[in-house]
Amino acid sequence: MTTQASNRSLLIKLLMGAVVMFGFAIFVLPPLYDLFCEITGLGGKTGGQYEAVNVEVDTSREVAVRFVASNNAYMPWEFRPTQDRVVVHPGEPTEITYYARNTTDRDMVSQAIPSLVPNNVADYFHKTECFCFENQPLAAGEEVDMKLVFIIDPDLPESVKNLTLSYTIFDITDSVASSATNPVSQLQ
Amino acid sequence: MAHGPATLADGWKAYISRWVFTTNHKDIGTLYLWFSFAMFILGGAFAMIIRAELFQPGMQLIKPEFFNQMTTMHGLVMVFGAIMPAFVGLANWMIPLMIGAPDMALPRMNNLSFWILPFAFAILTSTLFMEGGGPNFGWTFYAPLSTTYAPDSVNYFIFAIHIMGASSIMGSINIIATVMNMRAPGMTYMKMPLFVWTWVITAFLLVAVMPVLAGAVTMMLMDINFGTSFFNAAGGGDPVLFQHVFWFFGHPEVYIIILPAFGVVSQIIPTFSRKPLFGYSSMVYATAAIAFLSFIVWAHHMFTVGMPIAGELYFMYATMLIAVPTGVKVFNWVTTMYKGSLTFETPMLFSIAFVILFTFGGFTGLMLSIAAADMQYHDTYFVVAHFHYVMVAGAVFSGTAAIYYWLPKWCGKMYNETMGQVQFWIAFIGFNIAFMPQHFLGLAGMPRRYADYGLQFADWNMVSSVGAFIYGGAQILLLYNVIMTIKKGKPVSEEKVWEGAEGLEWTVATPAPYHTFEKPPEVK
Repeated sequence: MTTQASNRSLLIKLLMGAVVMFGFAIFVLPPLYDLFCEITGLGGKTGGQYEAVNVEVDTSREVAVRFVASNNAYMPWEFRPTQDRVVVHPGEPTEITYYARNTTDRDMVSQAIPSLVPNNVADYFHKTECFCFENQPLAAGEEVDMKLVFIIDPDLPESVKNLTLSYTIFDITDSVASSATNPVSQLQ
Repeated sequence: MAHGPATLADGWKAYISRWVFTTNHKDIGTLYLWFSFAMFILGGAFAMIIRAELFQPGMQLIKPEFFNQMTTMHGLVMVFGAIMPAFVGLANWMIPLMIGAPDMALPRMNNLSFWILPFAFAILTSTLFMEGGGPNFGWTFYAPLSTTYAPDSVNYFIFAIHIMGASSIMGSINIIATVMNMRAPGMTYMKMPLFVWTWVITAFLLVAVMPVLAGAVTMMLMDINFGTSFFNAAGGGDPVLFQHVFWFFGHPEVYIIILPAFGVVSQIIPTFSRKPLFGYSSMVYATAAIAFLSFIVWAHHMFTVGMPIAGELYFMYATMLIAVPTGVKVFNWVTTMYKGSLTFETPMLFSIAFVILFTFGGFTGLMLSIAAADMQYHDTYFVVAHFHYVMVAGAVFSGTAAIYYWLPKWCGKMYNETMGQVQFWIAFIGFNIAFMPQHFLGLAGMPRRYADYGLQFADWNMVSSVGAFIYGGAQILLLYNVIMTIKKGKPVSEEKVWEGAEGLEWTVATPAPYHTFEKPPEVK
């Protein structure tokens, strides 16, 4: 092979390498990151809907769960938990609600995003029903109590006695309008 | 027209055409070097504005919004506009000469990779004059600062980064192809000068990680304009993902900056010690080891992000491991000087200062690598001091050494040695006055990237600003010395400018002719 031909073939190989790395950054790293967080339960992202299994309620233990609500900077709704704190036994299904009111004069759609602290025990917090699984449309001035049913896994490490569940509410009116099939709700 | 490059005597049109359409590696190297010096002055001007504002507590000269743009632009221009193109320029000039090649392997791509750069920086700098201002989110452009809360000009910034990335990738492919295919007969890999070795390893790093940076800014672009949610928690994304992607690029990037600098001092120290480089093969392996390790330590930049303890421990120990090959290198430089016939010309002074100050910066890096201690140091001026010790006293000092070392070969004229040594001492003293106090400020808790500070930090900030002005002034002296050398320097008569210099680049005529090694040299 002449030098020119081998230069060209090296050029093509290296350019392909660069393209592969570009694809790696966009198409591999983000799903890999999500997968990593899901497997390890890191990042405080709680999972999707949980099919309740019959477990014995561990009445010997008590876990305090606190609820926090915050609004994204662009979200004007009133949004708060209706109770600040509940004390539950692991294995026991518990129902709580969050209150939301559309304080604006236009119809809007919201999406609540959960986060759990300590963030390495997200795997032990199961939700059988949650308003965060779907987006929540509210007409102007409308209000709603949004339901959440959760079970704390009896395998929760002994050292954990307090959990804090936080929801941040976001305005997704525009992105719902722009895409008929909403990818956001599928992610949750 | 006479054979050879057009000069001013051939008229402006021919002269400009020569530079715009050139495929000559020496011309392109010269263009890269002048461009990077222009960017160095621009980025330096931004730094002067920053230090002038921080001279006293309170807001004196500029608004905090503009201060944020200055810190961002200073970082971007220095990393992507000054340091990286400077070493690509040196590579263009020196690699074909060092391996006995007539030119770079892909000369037309070489032209393209240079000429898109001025456009990238014109676009980037123009954002400062736009409504809403230029990028103000730090050179690391963390989402959501750079997405949800970014000024409108962020799209120009993204486009500029894409162009710089394309330029770097093309430049690196060219270097890899040149080194792999264009070596003179007999020039085996383990006979290549260390500058060539460090550059070819750097080029592989660039091809691997510049596309990751392009990916990061592309995801930003899509989040901002096309409704995706890579880094947007509202849509199921995660801002922390941005930091992982960015530092997956960013940590190899810091070695991309420093490895060619290692190569330069590995050429200069043996010359002025009049001894061959100690431990040549261990230098090559150490460089390769550093390059490999750079891919698996990225999260040490984000210890405070809320990682599990296992992750912190892993990234901490992996980071500390890098000190081993780096230590090998420092040991080899020092051992090369040991019992050598040392003389202290300007390039040697800069190289010795490089070894000392880079080692110092490496040690503060080790302090930062301790995850528990990093909780305190993170985002303070201690970090700023650390990376200026490795980037300025590392990369910029070695680049300055390279200019003094090879300038006589390039233009056939000797620089003013006294002026060079004076410039060295001003730069050395100014640099340390500027950045040593920033360690104290950081340990005392002064956060980085703020336009103002508490009164307890006032004295050291004033000292630091004075040092920065001195250091900035030294660069003007360097520019003056280079211009005076080109215009009125004393001609160098011998082909070997330096008595102790070894290597193919010294066997060609002085000044280096426009075309060299059209017939490959014999390498024994």
